[in-house]
Amino acid sequence: MSLLEVDRLTLGYEGQTVIKALSFSMEKGDYVLIVGENGSGKSTLTRAILGLKPPMSGAIRFGEGVKESGVGYLPQQTVIQRDFPASVWEIVLSGCLGRMKRKPFYGKAEKEKAEENLALLGIEDLRKSCYRNLSGGQQQRVLLARALMAAGELLLLDEPVAGLDPRASEEMYRVIKARNREGLGVLMVTHDVSGALPYATHVLTIGHDKTTFEKVGEGDKDNA
Amino acid sequence: MLETMANYFSYPFVRYALIVGILIALCSSLLGVTLVLRRFSFIGDGLSHVAFGAMACAAALGLTSDMTVVLPVTVAAAILLLCTGNKSRLRGDAALAMISVAALAVGYLLMNLFSTSSNVSGDVCGSLFGSTSILTITKTELILCISMAAAVILTFVLLYNRIFAVTFDGDFAAASGMKASFLKVLLAVVTALVIVLAMKLVGSLLISALVVFPALSAMRVFRSFRAVMVCAALVSVFASAAGLLVSIAAATPVGATVVVAELICFLTFSVIGKFLGRN
Repeated sequence: MSLLEVDRLTLGYEGQTVIKALSFSMEKGDYVLIVGENGSGKSTLTRAILGLKPPMSGAIRFGEGVKESGVGYLPQQTVIQRDFPASVWEIVLSGCLGRMKRKPFYGKAEKEKAEENLALLGIEDLRKSCYRNLSGGQQQRVLLARALMAAGELLLLDEPVAGLDPRASEEMYRVIKARNREGLGVLMVTHDVSGALPYATHVLTIGHDKTTFEKVGEGDKDNA
Repeated sequence: MLETMANYFSYPFVRYALIVGILIALCSSLLGVTLVLRRFSFIGDGLSHVAFGAMACAAALGLTSDMTVVLPVTVAAAILLLCTGNKSRLRGDAALAMISVAALAVGYLLMNLFSTSSNVSGDVCGSLFGSTSILTITKTELILCISMAAAVILTFVLLYNRIFAVTFDGDFAAASGMKASFLKVLLAVVTALVIVLAMKLVGSLLISALVVFPALSAMRVFRSFRAVMVCAALVSVFASAAGLLVSIAAATPVGATVVVAELICFLTFSVIGKFLGRN
């Protein structure tokens, strides 16, 4: 069974179809880019895969244990409120709540994992900082750390490098690729095709009249 | 001064009022942090007007125990308003304003038409600005109030991390496998319970103060969620105790005095925040 199987999926808002009869599937370790014009339904598709938006028809199926092990999600930057009092540590830790079942408090395992992810993204020093005072690039890294906390086998990213400078983008891609090489499936909505393409194994192009899903290579930049 | 205070405390009704007042303030401040951050600052106002309307309905129907009407109606309104999702923010905002004034108008109308009391405006004024009923609490009411507060505090302690996650980013929480919608319903129910209780303390026009002031005060100075929660709770306990004591000593209206105490706390924290260079 694949990691994720999208089968003749149709999505829309109030009778208006945005995505029509889309089918594709991804395997463990695949790195899929979702590209397309504004309004073509890329974000709607991620929301549907996350279970936040019910499909009009068709189905989204996960491989065995994928949902249980957790789906990591990096939302578009605008979602989070500007004036929210929250420390980096609080935000990153909250990533593992989905998998904690009924346990009310964070244990040693969760804290260690949070440390690991902070280190992976090079933001250990920001642990006590307030999220709203960070730069855009730092905020994205915090949210990526949180997403990695939640991601068991699948990571969904919605415009992870929007608004970041080339160096910060490269850094984000590098971290994501490192986890991808360990077997984590990556599904990334992006406008930065040229930047992300070298890392990807597949590209899903969503157009108003034509949608394609193609293999683009081994995504082995950094391996050579 | 101290002697007079000690004298007041020898009366059980003063002690009861203080306990109930502090517990209600504590609960509403805990809720307040999540409500303010989720942009529902006005929910306290809206729900308490609904409760006021329901109370008037119960009185018009001649029900002796009005809680059997008030609680379910307020809980239903809370779920309706708090759980419709944020995609219709504008509509939710408008719905709140509409429900709030409509319930107030209907309630007032019913009270005028059907009231058996000879002092209608006194009754209305009492429920809008908080009556002296906080000073006439019986032992049963006291126990009820303590158990409700204990339940609310326990909920917040056990679900603290999850409440943070849902408040910070509901989509992520839902996507990562948390029961986000269940949590939102639970919070709505708790909100309704606390607001119905809090009407006793400050009345339905002033209730927003108990919800928003402690949270806003704490947010002037602190920058992590935990610190804001703890600080809001402390501010609220302090302000309500101070307000209650002053109102008893100076014979001022209870609700208004508590709210002014909250306001003073807020101004103080704003100055401290400025001084520390926050915002």
